[in-house]
Amino acid sequence: MEGHQLQHQAACMRKALFDQGYLDDQFLQLEDLEDEANPNFVEEVVKLYYSDSARFIRNIELTLDKNPFDFEKLDDIMHQFKGSSSSIGAKKLKTECTQFQEYCKIGNFEGCMRTFQEVKQEHAVLKKKLESYFQVFLLVHVYNCVYVCVDVHFVTN
Amino acid sequence: MSGIVTETQFHVLAVDDSIIDRKLIERLLKTSSYQVTAVDSGVKALEYLGLLDDEDTSTDSTPVSTTKNHHEVEVNLIITDYCMPGITGYDLLRKIKESTLLKDIPVVIMSSENVPSRINSCLEQGAEEFFLKPVRQSDVNKLRPHLMRKSGKRKEDHQPNKRKPMEECMSPDRTRARYNDDLEL
Repeated sequence: MEGHQLQHQAACMRKALFDQGYLDDQFLQLEDLEDEANPNFVEEVVKLYYSDSARFIRNIELTLDKNPFDFEKLDDIMHQFKGSSSSIGAKKLKTECTQFQEYCKIGNFEGCMRTFQEVKQEHAVLKKKLESYFQVFLLVHVYNCVYVCVDVHFVTN
Repeated sequence: MSGIVTETQFHVLAVDDSIIDRKLIERLLKTSSYQVTAVDSGVKALEYLGLLDDEDTSTDSTPVSTTKNHHEVEVNLIITDYCMPGITGYDLLRKIKESTLLKDIPVVIMSSENVPSRINSCLEQGAEEFFLKPVRQSDVNKLRPHLMRKSGKRKEDHQPNKRKPMEECMSPDRTRARYNDDLEL
């Protein structure tokens, strides 16, 4: 049955996100906050995160372009970005943010630049993975709705 | 409406400059059936609590007031982020504890950094709890005893129109001192 395949796919994707270290326990906390009245809470939070966090990336880029270099400001922006990332359970991304802050603290420009590329990459990769995951999740939900409707039709006739 | 006894929900004021964390804390608090007002800065919190207009030395309310009369706003607990631009959570805590009217409202601090000296100074200043971020359901469950302890105090019937929760502020406070004008807020 297609439905089972879809569900299996969703479950595999979810497991991979955790096994491969993209997500941590905080994501589970978000899932626990979903209920009938708030069925899309996780997706809402993730969407909000990506629309909000874009400005942190831009602000870091702007600050990296300036002369003289302001490590304190970079650390400050990254602190906020890391906080948001941590709130959605973005494990790998959080690690990269911490690394960036370490380089800020010792005033290592090269390290900052290098790590920032990693941060941007992780940010983008996670976005794609979560988007795909939510898409499959939605398909499962739609399938279940249709399946239930069809089932009801056969029962009542 | 008269004659009907309605159970009043506890009202929590949440203060955090992060839109993500505001969404999270609001959802967490609502699962515990608390009414929530979320603001994005310490200044807005002080404004909401009525601590900005006067020095809170006078007990009589002036008939003409530019800000909301703080006697109409009932807040049962304040939960605030520590690190915020402008007024920090610690500053907010201090101002609340210095206020004759508001000092008994329990205050909880949240922070993404585990700094023992910070935790100690907040607790010494009168914070009931210090939560490490990201805040979880198990943390929010710790709030109830603090709310229940204070609940005997001011639970008279309120007219519905006196309670006007402030709209959630979606945009960050524009008075961030840390950033230059050319950065996005």
